Amino acid sequence: MITTQDLTKRFGRVEAVREVSLDVREGDRYGLLGPNGSGKTTLVRMLLGLVYATSGSISVLGQPIPSRAGRVLPEIGAIIEQPAAYPHLSGRANLRLLDAAGPRSARRTRRRRVDEALEQVGLAGIDKRPVRAYSLGMRQRLGLAAALVRRPRLLILDEPTNGLDPRGIRDMRDLLLGLNADGVTIFLSSHLLPEVSALCTRVGVLDSGRLVLQDQLADLQQPTGRVVVACDEPERAVGLLDGLVERRDGASLTVRSDDPAALNARLVAAGVPVRALAQQRRGLEEIVLAVTGAGADQFGLPGVAEEASARSSGPEPATLEPTAPEPTAPEAGTEEAR
Amino acid sequence: MIAVELLKLVRRLRTWMSIATICALPLVVAVFIAVTHLEPPPGQGSAFLSAVLNEGQLYPAAALALVLPVFLPVAVAVIAGDSIAGEASAGTLRYLLARPVGRTRLLIAKLASITAFTALAVIAVTVTSYATGVLILGPSRAAAVGVAPGGISSSIGPGAGGAPTAGLQAGAAITSLSGAPLTFLELIERVLGAMAFISVSMLGVAAIALFLSTIMDSALGAALGALAALVASEVLVTLNAASAVQPYLPTRYWLAWIDFFRQPIFWRDIQRGFAIQAVYVVVFLAAAWANFATKDVTT
Repeated sequence: MITTQDLTKRFGRVEAVREVSLDVREGDRYGLLGPNGSGKTTLVRMLLGLVYATSGSISVLGQPIPSRAGRVLPEIGAIIEQPAAYPHLSGRANLRLLDAAGPRSARRTRRRRVDEALEQVGLAGIDKRPVRAYSLGMRQRLGLAAALVRRPRLLILDEPTNGLDPRGIRDMRDLLLGLNADGVTIFLSSHLLPEVSALCTRVGVLDSGRLVLQDQLADLQQPTGRVVVACDEPERAVGLLDGLVERRDGASLTVRSDDPAALNARLVAAGVPVRALAQQRRGLEEIVLAVTGAGADQFGLPGVAEEASARSSGPEPATLEPTAPEPTAPEAGTEEAR
Repeated sequence: MIAVELLKLVRRLRTWMSIATICALPLVVAVFIAVTHLEPPPGQGSAFLSAVLNEGQLYPAAALALVLPVFLPVAVAVIAGDSIAGEASAGTLRYLLARPVGRTRLLIAKLASITAFTALAVIAVTVTSYATGVLILGPSRAAAVGVAPGGISSSIGPGAGGAPTAGLQAGAAITSLSGAPLTFLELIERVLGAMAFISVSMLGVAAIALFLSTIMDSALGAALGALAALVASEVLVTLNAASAVQPYLPTRYWLAWIDFFRQPIFWRDIQRGFAIQAVYVVVFLAAAWANFATKDVTT
């Protein structure tokens, strides 16, 4: 659906995007992650033909961008940074106006498509109030509706949950999952890991303009060789699993083991009541922090940005969250969360 | 896309507020004249203003002369300056382009919308001032007709060349007008000619503002930039030392529309005025296109 070859964009002397080769496949829910200023927005704008690449090539829906943008863009819905609308018009009038602009938009079905899109995003009941009077969340929903009016095959969403409250975020996630089930490919960029982790099947990570990682999320979240066990008699369990317990946090033990079933059997056989047991997987946060430097909004941390490409896989949470003394715990039991 | 832009234009309160403001100025002037019966002495006030005391039907011409130097160009510069930069700073530009609306197509639609606004404003001024003239000033108010080489026509109209000043000629035309050499039909023809000329004159301003609107993200900056260009042009038009460049200044032939009210119509400056505006429109639109078509849209 989207492929780029060594895509590079320079603004003056700043290289915003460097030799990025994206590969987004049909049906993917692709999450593009990266700290602030890592080039996500520039990349998204290049995909939409708003910013011209310095070098490299882009193909979206099998057509080159920007030369064939006129053919491809009608099949794409997009949110680019914040949503925008004409503030003096109502939400419905905005959608109709936007739909009337540009080619290949059937006038006959416009009213119905606009109403459908508004209903999809939970704005079916909006009245004639001008967008000026909308809350941030309503504007965000309207922006998503604008992306959906043409019933696109591909959604390109740059930070789509900005300004949404928790319910709004979940509504959007459910909507995107439903659309994806109907065959819409979703490409979203975000710096919010939980959002991507809950929605995406495939991730790419940008750091200082480079794509430092691109893979299926499931493949990235390999078991870490540890199992998190919650049991009633942790003292006894520690004694039983002599030397295997790496960490104890109340009744929760982190145990080195590749085989949760065997571990469970062993504890149960010894009469330790096991409350919960989950194979520990690498959390997305850990994965991302391992490959990225500090965001462009941080300054004064020695050599962080320069090291980005040379860095090994060792996580450096301390540089990113200087206030947190404890290294962030890996996301335990992602299966449970789902 | 042109339809969409026109729709945006008419749905905007600002459009109608600015047109109302432009129409209000001649109305205010007419009320003062009607109440005081004081005609502007020769050499002061706008072109035709003295004549309208004699002939209220001529008030559209006086009204156009009133709004031409400031009100009309300011309104046009604001609308044109806002056209791209306003969408850029509101964030709607990126959504339009991602629809996709071709960049060339968008520029053409914007120009069409600005042209429509200009024509609308000129028509509104003409119609309201005709009504004002007939209703408030009446057809035969005063006997004496002053020759009206207006303050504006003497400041920005005629150049330092050998041609007789437009103001004096206009005065002569009015005198002949009041002597009834023009039929009502002829008067309408000539007012229409003047309206067309003034509208085209404004397109030069519009093209400059549109160009500036593509190179900056501030609508205000683009509008003020275009107005600064006009002010500079008006300063140079009156400066003898700048006579070499005067024929090419955008405001040089702005007042040539007065020649429509001569008997017979004096075409030379009118033709030059059309030509110079055409050149400005073509040059600045080409520059706007060249810039906008290759620009990275990062707003």
